[in-house]
Amino acid sequence: MNKIIEKTILSADVVQMKVHAPLLAEERKPGQFVIVQINSDFGERIPLTIADADVKSGTITLVFQTVGKTTHNLAEMKVGDSIENLLGPLGRPTHIEKFGTIVCVGGGIGVAPLHPIAEGMKKAGNRMIIIIGARNKELLIMENRMKELADELIICTDDGSYGRKCLVTEPLKEICGRSEKPDLAVAIGPPIMMRFCAQTTLPFNVPTVVSLNTIMIDGTGMCGGCRVTVGGKTKFVCVDGPEFDGHQVDFENMIKRLGAYKNHESRAHKKCHLELAAKGIK
Amino acid sequence: MNHSDKQKLGREAGTILAGIVHANKQLSPKEKISLPSQEMPSQDPFVRRNNMSEVALGYTAEQARLEAMRCLQCKNAPCIKGCPVCIDIPAFLAAAAEGNFQKSIDIIKQNSLLPAVCGRVCPQEVQCQLPCTVGKSLKSVDKAVSIGRIERFIADLERESGKLETPSIKPETGKKVAIIGSGPASITVAADVRREGHKVTMFEAFHKPGGVMMYGIPEFRLPKNIVEKEISSLKAMGVEIKTSFVVGRTRKLKDLLEKDGFDAVFVGTGAGLPKFMEIEGENLVGVYSANEFLTRVNLMRAYDREKADTPVANSRKVAVLGGGNVAMDAARSAVRLGAQEVHLVYRRTEAEMPARIEEVRHAKEEGVIFHILENARRIIGDENGYVKAMECLRYELGAPDDSGRRRPMEIPGSEFVMDVDTVIVAIGNDSNPLIKQTTPEMVTTKWGNIIVDADGKTSIDRVYAGGDIVLGSATVILAMGQGRTAAASINKLLAS
Repeated sequence: MNKIIEKTILSADVVQMKVHAPLLAEERKPGQFVIVQINSDFGERIPLTIADADVKSGTITLVFQTVGKTTHNLAEMKVGDSIENLLGPLGRPTHIEKFGTIVCVGGGIGVAPLHPIAEGMKKAGNRMIIIIGARNKELLIMENRMKELADELIICTDDGSYGRKCLVTEPLKEICGRSEKPDLAVAIGPPIMMRFCAQTTLPFNVPTVVSLNTIMIDGTGMCGGCRVTVGGKTKFVCVDGPEFDGHQVDFENMIKRLGAYKNHESRAHKKCHLELAAKGIK
Repeated sequence: MNHSDKQKLGREAGTILAGIVHANKQLSPKEKISLPSQEMPSQDPFVRRNNMSEVALGYTAEQARLEAMRCLQCKNAPCIKGCPVCIDIPAFLAAAAEGNFQKSIDIIKQNSLLPAVCGRVCPQEVQCQLPCTVGKSLKSVDKAVSIGRIERFIADLERESGKLETPSIKPETGKKVAIIGSGPASITVAADVRREGHKVTMFEAFHKPGGVMMYGIPEFRLPKNIVEKEISSLKAMGVEIKTSFVVGRTRKLKDLLEKDGFDAVFVGTGAGLPKFMEIEGENLVGVYSANEFLTRVNLMRAYDREKADTPVANSRKVAVLGGGNVAMDAARSAVRLGAQEVHLVYRRTEAEMPARIEEVRHAKEEGVIFHILENARRIIGDENGYVKAMECLRYELGAPDDSGRRRPMEIPGSEFVMDVDTVIVAIGNDSNPLIKQTTPEMVTTKWGNIIVDADGKTSIDRVYAGGDIVLGSATVILAMGQGRTAAASINKLLAS
């Protein structure tokens, strides 16, 4: 169960894993995520988006960034190891239909969850403009796979080491300003990026979907830890989302809630690095 | 504050018991009633504030026998009518009074699969012990025979002896039943259906089975090793348990019947969608649902700050909103996590609190500060989005409302501010929407609770439901009672 079949290092701190999980592979739809827990006794449960799936081989693909203890430990796991607990697919799937022209924006690791959505939207007959961005060339992921789906692909890096030297919001604004403005925008990436993307599309009245990745425990609606304010109402990311109207999301509150345990997390992260270093010395 | 020393209580009971045994004659009803009701030995509040170990320590054998001798063996047995699963209470008490604890536990197990759990968390004072003749004669339900404590003693004795017997299973029928959820209702159905020889698969979304008994009820009230033991007896019976499997998402309910070959399904997914107050500031950092707080502390073991990867706030001053058992569990957990002050805020009075009296008493003994006739109006945050205070209003009681309890009315202009850094909302749960969202043909109430008939059957053929997903928020034993009904219907369906 949940055996790691393949492991690829995508960039300095981004790892891709194919995991054997036939039921999940069969049931998952674009936009959905899983909860991962490495050990049942004291491990934490973290949500990770499903980047891809293959029904034939019964695998799902997870792409994650090593940002804390659990993701570091996960990245340390080898092909043949099994992930103790893998729950999903969770969340409401993306609403896929033919809208016309869709502009998709993926920032950093957000390109991974964007891929199945872009794929679904492409299949539904939409014209796809795809913007992907990262801090620098090394951190840019899945360029080729996105190229296959894009009618128009724009690459940006913060430092200009590849593609345009700009933030993703710059081309997004240009596209929204075209005479034929897009019918829908989908933005997935760091919260701050999604917030600015939503701010960019708002004056153009381009409906904007964002996919939120908040702190979760169960992922099934039971705890409410993932709650966000959307249009003044409390919503649970796990059962009402993860996708919401970007123009309605209270990003400021969401970002603060994401930082609720930052002291604890940085302590655990440091400790984990020390442990990994110690192992390396051995 | 005094606590009840186990050795001392045991010695006292032993002396009286020896006298009765020595005299070797039947006690008259009058003598039975005059026997001292046995207090529950418990940990000193000042000590237990700082540990997660169980508060109530359990009777000694002498106490259990002596307490059981207080039973009058009423012919009409009003206690049985008070028990949701109809345990033959006078019979198990008679056996316990003789010191025949094995016979006693065998009698209980004919009706209840979870005696060690029920002995601890059932609200006996409103069930079996409420109509007890001994309590009535002594004009206090507190003086009724302590049925639950005796049940707990004999269940613990059996478990600790390691001689737990696996119930006999009838020959395999080849029929398959899926059970969704692994809480008390589901455990009851699993056992009852498995005993008839049907294959049973239980699906649990979390990584550990047991439902609310694992994630919700704290260690100090229900040790997790007891729940794990109950689960392992299910496994010994041949029940298959699949964790990290959420029906509705990992597999649709209909697919279980149509593609996976299950002959019947029981839905016992629990209440599990926390209600919030819908007041300003409720999404600030430091506001938890009781579900989240308790899950972090219990299931994810955040109380072990060294080992657990899951954090919980390092709170200084905590406010818990609500007056039920869950509110008490949250408040008492917060005490144990080291909060300097824990305030329990409830808008009615103590008389209306749904929590068990014992839980209220324990919370007070442990230093939880009670604020009755008060309620939160808004939660105030600092510049970083963390809770820094809570504005409250005072209340008074007006005329009775639909629930029969007097309606709390706010007193205008009575606002005041409470200095807190954590707020835990424990005002109940709505039903979990997952099954409804993914099984649109399931008929539910407007609150999302599944509607069942008297046999526990839902609107979908071969699908049954019970526990909190039907009842709203209730108790372990009521969930078991519903499980029993549904299991009987499933067994009948599969026999035909």
